[in-house]
Amino acid sequence: MVNVKVNGIAVSVPKGSTILEAARYAGVEIPTLCFLKDINKIGACRICVVEATGARGLVTACVYPVAEGMEIQTNTAKVQKARKTTLELILSTHEKKCLSCVRSNDCELQKMCKDYGVEDSGKYDGFKPHYELDTSTAHLVRDNNKCILCRRCVAACKQQFVSVIGANDRGIDTHIACAFEKPLGDVPCVSCGQCIVVCPTGALTEKDDTGKIWDALADKSKHVIVTTAPSIRATLGECFGMPIGTNVEGKMVAALRRLGFEKVFDTDFGADLTIVEEANEFVGRVKNGGVLPMITSCSPGWVKFAEYYYPDQLDHLSSCKSPQQMSGAVIKTYYALKMGWDPKDIVNVSVMPCTAKKFEIGRDDENAAGVADIDVAITTRELARMIQRAGLNFANLPDEEFDAPLGEDTGAAVIFGATGGVMEAALRTANDWLTGQDNEAVEFHEVRGTAGLKEAAYNIAGTEIKVAVASGIASANYIMSCIKDGTAPWHFVEIMCCPGGCVNGGGQPIQPASVRNTTDLKALRAKALYDQDAAMTLRKSHKSPVIETLYKEFFDDGIGGHKAHHCLHTTYVPRKKFQ
Amino acid sequence: MQKKISTLPFKGTPEQAQRLQQVIDANKSDPSKLMGVMQEAQGIYGYLPMEVQQMIADGMGVPLEKVYGVATFYAQFALSPKGVYNVSVCLGTACYVKGSGDLFNKLSETLGIGADECTEDGKFSLTACRCIGACGLAPVLTVNDDVYGRLTVDDIPGILAKYND
Repeated sequence: MVNVKVNGIAVSVPKGSTILEAARYAGVEIPTLCFLKDINKIGACRICVVEATGARGLVTACVYPVAEGMEIQTNTAKVQKARKTTLELILSTHEKKCLSCVRSNDCELQKMCKDYGVEDSGKYDGFKPHYELDTSTAHLVRDNNKCILCRRCVAACKQQFVSVIGANDRGIDTHIACAFEKPLGDVPCVSCGQCIVVCPTGALTEKDDTGKIWDALADKSKHVIVTTAPSIRATLGECFGMPIGTNVEGKMVAALRRLGFEKVFDTDFGADLTIVEEANEFVGRVKNGGVLPMITSCSPGWVKFAEYYYPDQLDHLSSCKSPQQMSGAVIKTYYALKMGWDPKDIVNVSVMPCTAKKFEIGRDDENAAGVADIDVAITTRELARMIQRAGLNFANLPDEEFDAPLGEDTGAAVIFGATGGVMEAALRTANDWLTGQDNEAVEFHEVRGTAGLKEAAYNIAGTEIKVAVASGIASANYIMSCIKDGTAPWHFVEIMCCPGGCVNGGGQPIQPASVRNTTDLKALRAKALYDQDAAMTLRKSHKSPVIETLYKEFFDDGIGGHKAHHCLHTTYVPRKKFQ
Repeated sequence: MQKKISTLPFKGTPEQAQRLQQVIDANKSDPSKLMGVMQEAQGIYGYLPMEVQQMIADGMGVPLEKVYGVATFYAQFALSPKGVYNVSVCLGTACYVKGSGDLFNKLSETLGIGADECTEDGKFSLTACRCIGACGLAPVLTVNDDVYGRLTVDDIPGILAKYND
């Protein structure tokens, strides 16, 4: 242990701690901009500078290690002046369109400028490079005019293993972009959006699709239906100042109804449907000597990664559509038939934790009724903006329930939003099917938790089933490299693109570094889902009454039958990395 | 200035590819050798077009963007090929006050290319350089190893004509 003093407060901290960590032990917060715990630690922005004995000049707290007897001052006039000057310099190339910027009010740069009294935002006005917006993908807009070169996005992309963005050129010309200045749409970006959730400013944002929804809602000839992914209920509240991990399912449904959606359904029924189709596909592969391990296909970022980086291994992916697409397909086929609607008059809106879902809706072979299964996919953040624009007082909304019949769900579907959830849901069903009984044990704790890679083996009715659960593309890549070199021991693998699963998706509410550095977002949000599951009576997908009805009334040739296959399964294509 | 990316078609030969592959094979176990490999690649091809950077990225097991980031950070790496004749205009202080900026613009206009670009026929490329230590001859330009000094804009067509047969 090392003894130091932070602003006069004596603390003992582990050897090797940084000043930033030591200050936290002393209860002192040091502002940071480029630093992001577990993701970016480069000491580049110089916002976290402090005075420390034994050091020459000011040092960056995020990377500077403490030494025995060190006395640290985090808030002197010298420190404040340095931080203010740094902010003024950052502003010299920053496009200050704060009135309309989507990040206004949750911009970390804006808050810091206010905190440090930066009044003259044009103090160092000089040469200002101008960058065109990159709108080449379905999911993201990059506006480098608002970029402060903190490189958090570069680090997040590297953590996600794809590293398609980086710093190009040097000096005043330095900018974040892709190799050979290609638009993002022409490089192997998996559309996960992890770069967006770590961006401190408005330089990276999801492509806003709310305009399409407002237009559809105003069109009386359309039936505008909304479905919400399992994890939205666990995160939407954050956009309205609620504690992380608050389950707001009831208020979310009430808000959607007040926005004018004709039906408010739950993507959870699509998740339950995914499980029965996927479990059936898995059992079939085991019995018939099909390609193993079978890998889940719910996460479009992961699917896109596989198509780019392992184009010769695509037969490992389950052919099941994702819950989003299954929900859309069922609404435009079964439900349209039931209501006597023309599928062309339905506008399916999905609220997703995910930016890759914006890409997924445009994939080939995702149009069961001859029109797109889902018309508009928006993120949790976009829904929050719609609620704000509509003037709804979210916190005071009553708790309402999803519409019947496609609003009923099971606990198995709820936990889809966390890493390990799809695996656990599938195990609950497979366990019942293979043992031929209604098992009471439904919790599979080995596959829970936020670790990037989890492995377990289960003996189900005399068959040993080895499973793996990966979240984050780095873990996914590990799985795929094992498969490729023939050392993969698993039968069934769940892969989610984002670390921690959908609760930490690229479309989820943005939490500033000050929160991310001290909080385990993934665990808190996941807990809301596991708590809801534990409180439910129906916890197995195949026991869902909606699912039973669907196979009785519509997919009447059974699970995995021809009708289900046409509607609920899809295909994958090898993709060229660089266009 | 951001580095210019050549739009000229890549004309690498199998022999060049083989030489680059040997360099990559000798260094691929150590990602820190990336810059050295890029230097050798530039020695082989004269510049680092996308095809070459892609070979390096795949061979060294690093993302293409990383290779490109390095290539655009250091002045020594070129993204455009050099022509058979590389015209280099000194824009150092002495030459510049004597009007080398005008020489550069005239060359750019005559050849139809900008800085660090190459004509479509591969004959001429144009670069701006800093002081070459011949300030007494300002303004100065070089064509490969030939030095021309005390120039005016009117001298440019004659100089180019010497190499244009």
